[in-house]
Amino acid sequence: MREFAFQPTARIDQAVQAHASDAGAAFIAGGTTLIDLVKLDVMRPARLVDVSRLPLDDVERLDDGRLRIGATVTNTDLAHHPLVTEHYPLLSQALLSGASTQLRNMATTAGNVMQRTRCPYFRDVAAACNKRQRGSGCDALHGINRMHAVLGVSEHCIATHPSDMCVAMAALGATLTLEGPNGTREMAFGDFHRLPADRPDLEHELEEGELITHVTLDTPVEGAGSHYLKLRERASYEFALASAGAVVAVKDGTIDEARLALGGVGTKPWRAVEAEKALRDQPAETATFERAAEVAMRGAIPREHNAFKIPLARQAIARALSRAVAASVNR
Amino acid sequence: METQTRVIGHRTPRVDGEYKLTGKADYTVDWQAEAMLYGYPVPASIAHGNLVALHLEEALAMPGVVEIFYDGNFPELSRSPNSMAHQDQVSEVRLPFEDSRIHYAGQYVALVVAESFEQARAAAQAVRAEYRQDAGAIGSLLDSEADGQPLEAKRQVRGDADGAFEQAPVKLDQTYSIAAESHMQMEPHATLAEWRDNRLIVHESTQGVIYQQKAMARVFGLAEEDVEVISHYIGSGFGNKLFMWPHAVATVAAARELGRPVKTVLPRQQDMTCGGNRPASRQRLRLAADEQGKLLSIHHDSATETSLVHTFVDAIGSVSPSLYACDNVAISQHLLEVNHGTPCPMRGPGETSGIFALECAMDELAIALNMDPLELRRRHDSRDDPAKGLPWSSKHLDACYDSAARRFGWARRDPVVGSMTEGDEILGWGMATSSWFAGRQPCAARVELRADGSIMAACGTQDIGTGTYTVIAQTVAELTGVAIEHIEVRLGESSLPAGPLSGGSMATATTLPAVAKAVRAAIDELKEVATAENGAFAGADPETLTLEDGALLDEQGKRASFSEILTDHKLGSVNGDGDTAPGDERKQYSFRSFGAHFVEVRWDPGISRIRVARVVSSFDIGRAINPATARNQVEGSIVMGIGMGLLEKLEYDPRDARLINNNYSDYIVTCHADMPEIDVELLDNPDYAFNEFGARGVGEIGLTGVAPAIANAVHHATGKRIRDLPITIDKLLAD
Ligand SMILES: Cc1cc2nc3c(=O)[nH]c(=O)nc-3n(C[C@H](O)[C@H](O)[C@H](O)COP(=O)(O)OP(=O)(O)OC[C@H]3O[C@@H](n4cnc5c(N)ncnc54)[C@H](O)[C@@H]3O)c2cc1C
Ligand code: SF4
Repeated sequence: MREFAFQPTARIDQAVQAHASDAGAAFIAGGTTLIDLVKLDVMRPARLVDVSRLPLDDVERLDDGRLRIGATVTNTDLAHHPLVTEHYPLLSQALLSGASTQLRNMATTAGNVMQRTRCPYFRDVAAACNKRQRGSGCDALHGINRMHAVLGVSEHCIATHPSDMCVAMAALGATLTLEGPNGTREMAFGDFHRLPADRPDLEHELEEGELITHVTLDTPVEGAGSHYLKLRERASYEFALASAGAVVAVKDGTIDEARLALGGVGTKPWRAVEAEKALRDQPAETATFERAAEVAMRGAIPREHNAFKIPLARQAIARALSRAVAASVNR
Repeated sequence: METQTRVIGHRTPRVDGEYKLTGKADYTVDWQAEAMLYGYPVPASIAHGNLVALHLEEALAMPGVVEIFYDGNFPELSRSPNSMAHQDQVSEVRLPFEDSRIHYAGQYVALVVAESFEQARAAAQAVRAEYRQDAGAIGSLLDSEADGQPLEAKRQVRGDADGAFEQAPVKLDQTYSIAAESHMQMEPHATLAEWRDNRLIVHESTQGVIYQQKAMARVFGLAEEDVEVISHYIGSGFGNKLFMWPHAVATVAAARELGRPVKTVLPRQQDMTCGGNRPASRQRLRLAADEQGKLLSIHHDSATETSLVHTFVDAIGSVSPSLYACDNVAISQHLLEVNHGTPCPMRGPGETSGIFALECAMDELAIALNMDPLELRRRHDSRDDPAKGLPWSSKHLDACYDSAARRFGWARRDPVVGSMTEGDEILGWGMATSSWFAGRQPCAARVELRADGSIMAACGTQDIGTGTYTVIAQTVAELTGVAIEHIEVRLGESSLPAGPLSGGSMATATTLPAVAKAVRAAIDELKEVATAENGAFAGADPETLTLEDGALLDEQGKRASFSEILTDHKLGSVNGDGDTAPGDERKQYSFRSFGAHFVEVRWDPGISRIRVARVVSSFDIGRAINPATARNQVEGSIVMGIGMGLLEKLEYDPRDARLINNNYSDYIVTCHADMPEIDVELLDNPDYAFNEFGARGVGEIGLTGVAPAIANAVHHATGKRIRDLPITIDKLLAD
């Protein structure tokens, strides 16, 4: 490992200040993404600003009914938090489908939002990768791209955002609270991750020195059922080939409200807005789910090895929707 | 010849279990030496071409860096003759940094040596290499149309297979492929080299301390006695630690040049790239039968991979002439040189791949014949080895079929594809035959009966996690009546009496007879002492004495423990040496183990999910010396077989032959949540023609037959005949 400075911090302003004053600084929380990439020489921070001990480890219900999650709450704690299991079971399911127990014990909420892609060429410094090194090319485009995205892709990058947690957050609706040298601001979760377009090296809207302090989930959809379904080769400890998080409220056999987000197929946590429209006010039945799945995957661009993800994602969507409907209280 | 045993054949907890649980087991990776340095290899980033320049300045200036070895400053060494007969076989004959030619991505272009592991790694990443890349790198046999060179030595012909195939009414002609696989053993390759007064001491995670000792002696021009190789505990090997690799040579040379101990632990990426793999294979199977389902011919033509720096031939067709009764057989093999790290044996080498193709083809033939696939196999169960014309020493494959089929419920199988459903899922039931040859090696052992009442048994073999420590302790306990707790087993040092490689499932059948002979020699020695003047049995005929519960006993019932006898004579110990080798039995019998796997998969077509739900197996392996560790071997093999069938694939980028999934996250092996219900039965039919304990070996056979049973079950569930492993979701989704 290269030599680097390690700076523990106890207060938010301290952390922001430490980061802002050193261009080579990176925040470190659980380290499960960052340390791996440092070992591989992909990330080369000169200073690690440790944010894992900041007082940001609470999960609390706000007066308006939303749920505020501190940035350093671990994936394990969040998945098992009673307010989450009761009001946002989708988030709990998604978290528990990710990584392994050991990793979830270390991984934090903000770290998960910020996790980097698993594209093998990104992780190999000898390969061409626009995300790792701006303008160097993209070895995945014509390489082995079985794991890569089909939605939100560009000719410059087709890497997936690999998070499961973020898929649930995209479906549930959330707001990020960011604290930076110029103060605090809020941002809708859906606006935070960027599409690769011609700058895959820019992955999110954080500004220099800005820290994620909270993720606040929208109020739960009344009467809704939900389901997170992750499809992959083995039963655990593998990133999604395709996943779907669905929240559906049904009244008298008709879909009243629907939220749908996808993982494993998009370059960012993928909210399927058009598919949601295709679900609302429609009968809660298989044909509707399949139509929504069709709509969700319209515009998908397959490459040599990942075309199978399109039918697979459709299957994940249809099944997740039918399970969510089955769990909806007013059906 | 059946005898009652008290310890052998009984479940016995591993004698080294406590050490492993408490961290006392000294694995190579854990070893430290005083003033030790750390080595970290620099891998080539191209697969085919030349190293033009290495820029070392920046790396050499980094903190803690002591030296960087490369072709410009690496000492002249000799290649090992690479002879199996002389036990100096190596995994790669090319020495590290021999010249500037690059034959595969990951090939070492330098070794950085530094004061800490982290410093060595950082400096290795700072080494800049310039290459001249050649076109035409081949990443995999499966990306190539060509099969490579024909291997005359692998050609086998019996009867007239071409003629029989030509005229047969029912024929099958299909091609199967298997992706290259990684061993993924827990402990990566590791070497700690230390020179003391021109003697070399090497700690290596190896399956063959004697082989590595001899190979090291050849490479460094030393007398064998001046090399000691130590490997007390091995975090598994599965075949890739049988023979020495270049990282060990580079590390030993660095330690010599620098005059300090050097340890190199390969990072997982390099372990997977340059530490061995199961080569990819392509196999064409042609089977012919008459309308009643009699096999008329078997053609098995295959191609496997080797690297450009070493010739490795996976014996992929070797089981096909022996598995079923059939008069006309033709076997051939080709070998293609590819630009990836050198392949090597991997658990059940050759036959595991060969059986995949043959057993899928048998399933396809059964369907073509409208016959139950189990019935087709039963009809061709052979009493003699059709390849050698010798009777099997002991074969109970029919009992395996009967028992496993009954426990599985095979009789309830509806052969119609997709017909057996449960909720959203379709059940698929498939089966396959398993087989692995039974071999033995020469072996020496030493046993010491000590005055304190304990016994020490020593052998220059090693325990790769299979339980060798335990079965040797059991053997000593059986023959002396001394409790296991008082028996010390010493393995994993090349200075001990020469023992075998831990490979080919031969370790148990090889070592136990030698240990037994040594125990008996020590007991004879003890009797001599006891019957000498002033002895407890002075003047008695040694022949009349017996050993029971650690004590000598005469015909009148007088007893004296060996501890008393030795103490009385002021002796610390008596010793016995034993060496054994396979004998004439190979002229009378053919030796093989057999078994059968029955597999249930569950297919959820709505979400394209396939999972193995149930595996029921029976094995005929002779006597299981320790049924606990033997069962563990088969269960582990089944888990590995699920990986081979559904998950595992080394992915080499076809454009430049670079390995892209070189880690535990991207190379998918079976995990806990995939674990099916496993029901393994070991038949107990000791094979006394093979050795006095009747044991044939069980480390590998369990892997054979798993993948084809899965593929056959997948076909039964989905109607899709996937002939290319692994059977991943994309293949199941394809039309
Ligand atoms: C083998 C493996 C398998 C995995 N499988 C899955 C899976 O199946 N599904 C899944 O969803 N995830 C998976 N993960 C990813 C895992 O969820 C992430 O690594 C983890 O969530 C990252 O959290 P962390 O706290 O460890 O982040 P760190 O590694 O500490 O940080 C990650 C990034 O976030 C930044 N950061 C951290 N905190 C903040 C903050 N408060 N504000 C701004 N930036 C911040 C860091 O600077 C860094 O760039 C896997 C990881 C591994 C290693
Ligand atoms: S897909 Fe994106 S991350 Fe992967 S190589 Fe291309 S640019 Fe890099």
